[in-house]
Amino acid sequence: MFEKEKLAQIKESFDSYNAKMEKSLEKRPERKTVFETGSGAPVNRLYTPADIPDFDYMTDLGIPGSYPYTRGVQTNMYRGRFWTMRMYAGFATAEESNKRYKYLIEQGSMGLSVAFDLPTQIGYDSDHPLSEGEVGKVGVAIDSLADMEILFGGIPLDKVSTSMTINAPASVLLAMYIAVAEKQGVTPDQLRGTIQNDILKEYIARGTYIFPTEPSMRLITNIFEYCSKEVPQWNTISISGYHIREAGSTAAQEVGFTLADGIAYVDAAIKAGLDVDTFAPRLSFFFNAHNDILEEVAKFRAARRLWAKIMKERFGAKDAKSMALKFHTQTGGSTLTAQQPENNIVRVAIQTLAAVLGGTQSLHTNSKDEALALPTEDSVRVALRTQQIVAYESGAADTVDPLAGSYYIEAKTKEIEEAAMEYIKKIDEIGGAPKAIDNGYIQQEIMDAAYNYQKDIEAGKRIIVGMNKFQIKEEAPKGLLRVDPSVGELQKQKLVDLRAKRDNSLVQQKLEALRTACQGDENLMPFILDAVRAYGTLGEICGVMREVFGEYQQSVKL
Amino acid sequence: MDRPIRVLVAKPGLDGHDRGAKVIARALRDAGMEVIYTGLRQTPEQIVSATIQEDVDVVAMSILSGAHNTLLPKVVELLKVENVDDVLVIGGGVIPDDDIPFLKEKGIAEIFTPGTPTSVTIDYIRANLKRK
Repeated sequence: MFEKEKLAQIKESFDSYNAKMEKSLEKRPERKTVFETGSGAPVNRLYTPADIPDFDYMTDLGIPGSYPYTRGVQTNMYRGRFWTMRMYAGFATAEESNKRYKYLIEQGSMGLSVAFDLPTQIGYDSDHPLSEGEVGKVGVAIDSLADMEILFGGIPLDKVSTSMTINAPASVLLAMYIAVAEKQGVTPDQLRGTIQNDILKEYIARGTYIFPTEPSMRLITNIFEYCSKEVPQWNTISISGYHIREAGSTAAQEVGFTLADGIAYVDAAIKAGLDVDTFAPRLSFFFNAHNDILEEVAKFRAARRLWAKIMKERFGAKDAKSMALKFHTQTGGSTLTAQQPENNIVRVAIQTLAAVLGGTQSLHTNSKDEALALPTEDSVRVALRTQQIVAYESGAADTVDPLAGSYYIEAKTKEIEEAAMEYIKKIDEIGGAPKAIDNGYIQQEIMDAAYNYQKDIEAGKRIIVGMNKFQIKEEAPKGLLRVDPSVGELQKQKLVDLRAKRDNSLVQQKLEALRTACQGDENLMPFILDAVRAYGTLGEICGVMREVFGEYQQSVKL
Repeated sequence: MDRPIRVLVAKPGLDGHDRGAKVIARALRDAGMEVIYTGLRQTPEQIVSATIQEDVDVVAMSILSGAHNTLLPKVVELLKVENVDDVLVIGGGVIPDDDIPFLKEKGIAEIFTPGTPTSVTIDYIRANLKRK
């Protein structure tokens, strides 16, 4: 806190500075009449202690690794070890993706991050009619345990940590991972990794939902419960603001809507009878990093502080680990341009710095060609090197939370925290995140922000270098990655072989047991695991659940 | 034409990236067109039946899943089967330049890639309607 007298002095000199500025502006106007952050929040000419008059070091920031975690969740952050450099990858078949993972590990990637194709994410086998044209396109195709065994072939699962971007069928893919580990002689308690498992943001922004809200929430709490006992090192959910931001939200909305989703999961688990401190330490988050580096740093710090308060005050968590918001970051895909793609390397470098200065636990950096296609091996390497340069050469990782105490950063941190809290209050009034999604409130807010952003670009109010200014005539880019169209046929053949080889009556028996369990209220994880071990396919397992649970109907609003 | 231009904005394929579809839908609406948005995961059959049912002048498909070479031509084919030949079919999304000649050959009139201003798409629609 600043002394009152000093504050008055600062305010006085600041007022006279502003008065002088206004005069000189008549002769030399500034570049713009209104300055805004990347998210459209106002930016003042100068920040002083008068912008954070109530700032209290111990209450607002405290010690790294302690409540309210504003400065970071570890005591010494990257002086101990760097963040996990985790490159999201996967395409075509399990064989191809396995090769890419081994390449990434060789190049210094520290953890795996699996991208699944859309049929896998929506619980269809590769031979389903809706899978036509989609197999292996945006990620790897996994139909059964047999594919998963190939995907992680030669990769010791007790040595790597693996993040899987899988939501609606997360329980099935986690079961497959556990089953592959068993075959390697690795017990579930040795497994480290994360499943995304965040269905609410699928309804909001990402779109790979299957089941209606209620059974989806049940599947999620089943995973929380199962893992707290059997897979204790596993992060059971990655509550994601990333896709909300990609859909066009502001930074404050990203924090507000994501933490509102987090509140809904904690509520659901408590309602299912779990004690908050048994599962909350395994909750993790996933945020975006855009180009406005200072706003982004403030955003990460605000998210940590707000979540700590929510867990302590709203949910009465006692375990410090329940209050510490750990998060993965991915650089902003929607900030990349198809024009002059080399420029994207620079954007990603800025975003990497934002994530590191904001205290991320792991990071995926996008490749320059992602506005055009899936990245090639070369462009993925540059993206990984970008992280390594920030880690080893920039100095940004050598002291904890280096931007703390900047008047601007602290004012913005507070502003974003307050704005996010407003959204959470509004969502509470509606009746919680699931209701605010069903009635379209959250989607509408995001869409309004996205549309305003687009209009600003088209009006030239917002400059995107190479896209609406500094354009050049360019040739169509060469050497983009292409997924072999025969992947679909290959996967179909694998399914034919699998169905001929496995014990089909055993599969039927396990699927029927799962069906009965779905109709009751038991934890579904053991039943899914049994079906997976018998080589029941993803489509068969999700098919049974579809029959019992039905499918989610999207609320379509413009 | 004495009535506003009617456009079906459709999302074929399984990807859930609907920011582009929704932005373009709003922009077309603000430009005075009547817009029907299908929502996610539409099969070519569903898109064609909505085209006929809603009596639209334009079908604008947004796809970012990489399945464009399979799904977009299928919509054009099915429209032909239904004897619909006066509807302008366009597409947009993450579509490599190399694929565009193939798609045009298959009857997709134009492809709009990332970074295209909405005004370009609006002008294109106005200038290229098949129904006059």
